[in-house]
Amino acid sequence: MKTYSLKQNKSAIVQGFRDGIPIGLGYFAVAFSLGIAAKNAGLTPFQAFLTSALCHASAGEYAGFTVIAAAASFLEMATITLIANARYLLMSCAMSQRIDREMPFFHRLIMSFFITDELFGIAIARPGYLNPWYSYGAILFASPCWAVGTALGAIAGNLLPLRLVSAFSVALYGMFLAIFIPPARKNKVILGIVVLCFVCSGLASVLPVISAWSEGTRTIILTLIISAGAALLFPRKTDEEVPAHE
Amino acid sequence: MNKNYIYILIMAGVSFLIRALPMTLFRKQIKSKFIQSFLYYVPYVTLSVMTFPAIVNATQNKISGVAALVVGILAAWFGADLFKTAVACCGVVFLLELFM
Repeated sequence: MKTYSLKQNKSAIVQGFRDGIPIGLGYFAVAFSLGIAAKNAGLTPFQAFLTSALCHASAGEYAGFTVIAAAASFLEMATITLIANARYLLMSCAMSQRIDREMPFFHRLIMSFFITDELFGIAIARPGYLNPWYSYGAILFASPCWAVGTALGAIAGNLLPLRLVSAFSVALYGMFLAIFIPPARKNKVILGIVVLCFVCSGLASVLPVISAWSEGTRTIILTLIISAGAALLFPRKTDEEVPAHE
Repeated sequence: MNKNYIYILIMAGVSFLIRALPMTLFRKQIKSKFIQSFLYYVPYVTLSVMTFPAIVNATQNKISGVAALVVGILAAWFGADLFKTAVACCGVVFLLELFM
């Protein structure tokens, strides 16, 4: 039986922390620009920090700041947050299938709180059951970067040289590539899906009407359609109890 | 000013519920072959969709964005881990933009 105590999972924390470094650097750059948006919406640096520490969502927070700037209703805030973050619902579903039933329940709550595109990506990329301590290691570095970056952005708008912001901003995507390219190399179905995703996503960003939707909405719709299509055409074998990373 | 805290609490509450409900409600393995397969493909699809074309538009210059994409794919293809791939992408953008 796998154990979930701190002692046995030191190496998982260390590994997570290491993988959390590029995430944190990428977060910092994104959070910095998010902080500028927060300030423009009328939030104090502390409020910007608090939002990021509690929400961990770039698109979701940005959408929320526009609601605050417009002094719109609380219902509108709830709706926009729901739409901008709906993809986390899918990620949470996917993660729920990779949880060891022996794992203490509170880990589910903590892991849920920290579901982001990146932290989800690195957790799900590991084989077998999810190890909460691996996630906590990554969170330990990445989460403060996110919250502090937002606060600094709100305080110090344009201090970081544009060239560095530009370079940092691809760190997140580099990590995404490192997550889905290796399985695509080994599995032709996944390779085909990745190519299809690039084509569809590229088209969706330029086609009239669709390109006017927010990036979050496009991500959700494309994810639902392409994943459902793949599941219909290339179903997984049911006897695999845990879908291992290939 | 205090109203901002209510906004923030709503954002935080909704964000948490979205993330926590599936994780806490789905305690058992889902039996349906379709849903199992669907959830298996979701991570790859979401990450691919979010990577392109966003990576090209993230940098100051589209050329360095494309270069980051190509370098990232090659690095990951030939076995670089998360950290190395990310650093390679950042590095190529930084270098290219020095000359542009």
